[in-house]
Amino acid sequence: MKAKIFASIAVAITGAVLLYAVTDFPNFGDPRSPANAGVEGGSPSASLYYIENTYRDTKVPNLVTAILADYRGYDTLFETVVIFTAGMAIFAILRVLRNENAPSAPSPDPEASNRTIDGDHHRIIVGITCRIAVPLVQIFALYVVAHGHHSPGGGFQGGVMLGASFILIALSGSLRDALARFSEASYIRLASIGILIYAGVAFLPLVFGRNFVDYGALKGLLGTDGEEMARSHGIFGVELGVAFTVMSIMFAIFANLSTRGRLKGGL
Amino acid sequence: METFFKEAVVPHFNFWIYVIIMMIGLWSVIAKNNLIKKLIGLSIFQTAILLLYVSLGVKEGATIPIIDHHAAELSLAGDAAAINPDAIANPVPHVLMLTAIVVGVATLGVALALCQVIYKDFGTLEEDEVLQKIKALHDDV
Repeated sequence: MKAKIFASIAVAITGAVLLYAVTDFPNFGDPRSPANAGVEGGSPSASLYYIENTYRDTKVPNLVTAILADYRGYDTLFETVVIFTAGMAIFAILRVLRNENAPSAPSPDPEASNRTIDGDHHRIIVGITCRIAVPLVQIFALYVVAHGHHSPGGGFQGGVMLGASFILIALSGSLRDALARFSEASYIRLASIGILIYAGVAFLPLVFGRNFVDYGALKGLLGTDGEEMARSHGIFGVELGVAFTVMSIMFAIFANLSTRGRLKGGL
Repeated sequence: METFFKEAVVPHFNFWIYVIIMMIGLWSVIAKNNLIKKLIGLSIFQTAILLLYVSLGVKEGATIPIIDHHAAELSLAGDAAAINPDAIANPVPHVLMLTAIVVGVATLGVALALCQVIYKDFGTLEEDEVLQKIKALHDDV
């Protein structure tokens, strides 16, 4: 009870200070605000440069994709590393590798480990629907990854959708079904390969004597007309790496959390 | 009072809403005893910050930050007026929040994993009970 009174006081003071501070913010939807147009008499906003020059630099109409993978390539590389590290941390915290047969904590539903997408009549409607839905989800996810240059999408979004398709298999049937299609060894491998693809594509320009993540240097290697198209292809390679890592880590998080690290039984 | 409302509150109503959402999150992080409820509070707090950043990039009447192909080719050909920056939303907050959302999910996964280990070791997720049990363990030693 005492804690709640102190919490209320702290929250009330912080909230009052913040509410007072936001009255000095630019108006909502103002195109002339400092974030949108820069400071008057000072430096212009970076967003104006992106809007006016991104297509000239990279031939990518989707500004978000181009900024994410090219202008802010370092940032995104290490965001992907953060996701990979989170997956490995969950593996280190939860995964039970020894005494796999010890009956320490029995699964709440003993049939859960035997349930498959094919065998259970109680789940036949859910199973068949998901069997139809999963390939469609995966094709759409690949489209989101590959078409991120021209429409909303990219590696993070497509990767989450690909991971969700495997989670859907695990939810509609059993985790064993999902692991038969995407085993522990392969998702750890694929997460590492994703980082390697990203870091590799980002590293290649160094070989040609240019800066890290300067994909324009790959012009000769990719055989494109100009450096702009080489940057566009470089962005696609990077997005592919992000998609692999995000897909694997999303599924790894689900598989480990839903089984307390035993990868058996499950929900 | 009315002028304060018209000049300070109405043009910033979105920021006021985010501050209220943020304070709901902060309150549950401080006051709630259950670790899962604290995590829910952290997620609410994070959502308020995501909304704040995205709303900073909003321009009234502007569209999504994807350039029309026709306008893009015109601007390449030298027509500087083909792309109107006021008609395209600010892409930078979208980029920053896109990665923040995915990293938020991944770190929430780590937090839930830690909660599972705490529950396995102590049989409870109530913070005061966990502290009592840790204290009892130290007293035994």
